[in-house]
Amino acid sequence: MFERLRAMLMKEFLELRRDRWAIFRLVVPLLIQVIVYGYAATFTVNRVSTAVLDLDRSQASRSLVSHFVATGRFDVVDVADRQEQITRDIDSGKAALAIIIHAGFAQYLYDGKTAPLLVVVDGTNSNTALIALGYVGQIVAQFQAEEMAKAWPAQSGAAPATVAVSLQERPWFNPGLEDRWFFIPGVLGTLTLVQVINLTSFAVVREREMGTLEQIMVSPIRPIEFILGKTLPFFLIGLADVVLVMGLGVWWFDVPFVGSPLVMLLGSSLFLLGALGLGLLVSTFSRTQQQAFALNFFLINPIFILSGFAFPIAAMPRVLQWTTFLNPLRYFLVVVRAVFLKGVGVAFLWPEFAAMTALGAGLLALSVLRFHKSLD
Amino acid sequence: MTGNAPPAVVAEGLTKRFGAFTAVDGLDLTIATGEVVGFIGPNGAGKSTTIRMLCGLLRPSAGRASVAGFDVGRQPEAVRAHIGYMSQKFSLYGDLTCRENLRFFGGIYRVPRPVMEERIRFAIAMAGLEGREDRLVSTLAGGWKQRLALGCAILHRPPVLFLDEPTSGVEPEARRRFWDLIHTLAAGGVTILVSTHYMDEAEYCNRIALIDAGRLVAMGSPGELRGLDLGGALFELGGVAAGAALAALREMPGVIEAAIFGDRLHVLVRDAATAERMGPFLKRRAVEPGALRPIAPSLEDVFVRLVARRSEEEEGGGA
Ligand SMILES: Nc1ncnc2c1ncn2[C@@H]1O[C@H](COP(=O)(O)OP(=O)(O)OP(=O)(O)O)[C@@H](O)[C@H]1O
Ligand SMILES: [Mg+2]
Repeated sequence: MFERLRAMLMKEFLELRRDRWAIFRLVVPLLIQVIVYGYAATFTVNRVSTAVLDLDRSQASRSLVSHFVATGRFDVVDVADRQEQITRDIDSGKAALAIIIHAGFAQYLYDGKTAPLLVVVDGTNSNTALIALGYVGQIVAQFQAEEMAKAWPAQSGAAPATVAVSLQERPWFNPGLEDRWFFIPGVLGTLTLVQVINLTSFAVVREREMGTLEQIMVSPIRPIEFILGKTLPFFLIGLADVVLVMGLGVWWFDVPFVGSPLVMLLGSSLFLLGALGLGLLVSTFSRTQQQAFALNFFLINPIFILSGFAFPIAAMPRVLQWTTFLNPLRYFLVVVRAVFLKGVGVAFLWPEFAAMTALGAGLLALSVLRFHKSLD
Repeated sequence: MTGNAPPAVVAEGLTKRFGAFTAVDGLDLTIATGEVVGFIGPNGAGKSTTIRMLCGLLRPSAGRASVAGFDVGRQPEAVRAHIGYMSQKFSLYGDLTCRENLRFFGGIYRVPRPVMEERIRFAIAMAGLEGREDRLVSTLAGGWKQRLALGCAILHRPPVLFLDEPTSGVEPEARRRFWDLIHTLAAGGVTILVSTHYMDEAEYCNRIALIDAGRLVAMGSPGELRGLDLGGALFELGGVAAGAALAALREMPGVIEAAIFGDRLHVLVRDAATAERMGPFLKRRAVEPGALRPIAPSLEDVFVRLVARRSEEEEGGGA
């Protein structure tokens, strides 16, 4: 088992090393896409046109508004004094986001109750909306911390009441928005998937085209050894992709990464099982690299659309929602976003991990079975 | 070529269907240990398909086969460990060097470490590749590539070799060298089934299996096949306009078959009387009759005739 696997891996390594353009083909498209996606997202988000309706007119409410202005990410285009004005601003596209502070906001705060802050987002541009909501969350958290510090000394003796601000997100046209700061994490999952499916399917089909697959299969090698030898390098490349995109996201685009790298590694590994399985499956249906290319194209688009990356799953017709359960990217996106932004661990993510494991095992088993047949 | 060793290859009623199309049709074949058997037949006759079934690459639709004493259907792993195979299409890694290819195939055949280097040296010497060990395979000329592929196929010292048109597209000198290798291996007790399109190569085989449209048409030594009754007498017609003469003779009563061989015609006639009438017949058709002489059939004559007879029978049966 190990001699044959080692021979396979050695050969893959030699071929990769001899391929002068391999590094270029593997890394550059990935970098370009991350950067394009990253900038496309951040440019709009740096100046979100914002409308403000302050019905409380308290010191606390003014302080909150000034927090928004201070970040430079929000461009206050209208200070309204009636709700209808806000509606008009959003509908006309004048503002992409509105902050509504109801009367009694300060009072709620000092009473230690939950003070409602209504944030209205133009849901048509969900990317901007979600990222902006992410910023709103950060700003409000900061504001809250400062208010708490101020309130603390006043609460002498008695236990301190919690000071909290709740966000009411009400995207009007896109009610299914669920997550924040999804962009780079989403790109991470999507690009890795595309890269790994393409690499795996092309590599196997290329051996079929060259005739070397037949030459190998006439040896006593077991299909599983061939498949392992063929997929292990792409598994490692897939992990390298994840690290690369993560690094770019965190250090270049300032995406917060609050979770555990280990949880991320585990999640990525499980996700890659599915991606490798899909690539192999494509290779068993393809005689030529063109066929594999066409199949990948037909496969990757639905996977992308039904992943929740760009279009919320909750807003899909029921039948499509069911099909997303078979989509490894769907689970991985949840994992990536949650690990990046919420810092949750396996205890919270185990359903996603279990689903990715089951899907990966199923896809790999299916492709190994099909692989035997496809030699015929 | 010991008489009572068990046969190296046995096929009984071996059949492969691709959908409604039957590529190999009830093939019976027995090859003794140490024999070199040539597999001859027109394009699409089913040679590669048969070989691939014998290697365990294709599952037979019907019939059975055993190779080196192992059943192809039930013990494919054991079969694979005991055979070497060169596919019709050249299939080594062009982006690896000769030595890297050898090491790779040695690895997947689990050639024991202590003998690996020695076997690689042997294969390189056999292929005449000394000094080119570290060249990329894609930069080698055809003959070297084929000898290297043979070297890769015998690294694990298989007792049975299947070579599918190993010499196609290789220049004559390299073809001759390749056949020297085949005979060296056979002298060492290796059983070899080799398919080819070249008639001169058929003469180098102990026995020849002629296959057409998936059926075994004839099997025997070159001598036996040449001695087969063709159903008439064979004449060679030289010094004629071959195309015109062929057209004329195909309409002449008593002529079973006429075929162009180079600048001459080979004409199979029912009896000597027909041969005598041939000159006048051609003259009447305004074709200058050349020199006619009786000849002994070559292997190619026999193959042409057998294949033609088979398809005539088929048409007769179908009508
Ligand atoms: N996988 C397949 N699916 C369908 N038909 C096939 C398949 N493989 C071979 N055939 C058909 O079976 C027939 C026999 O093919 P095969 O390759 O065995 O012929 P061959 O004798 O090796 O011919 P050649 O001298 O051209 O190599 C051909 O008509 C071919 O088209
Ligand atoms: Mg063939």
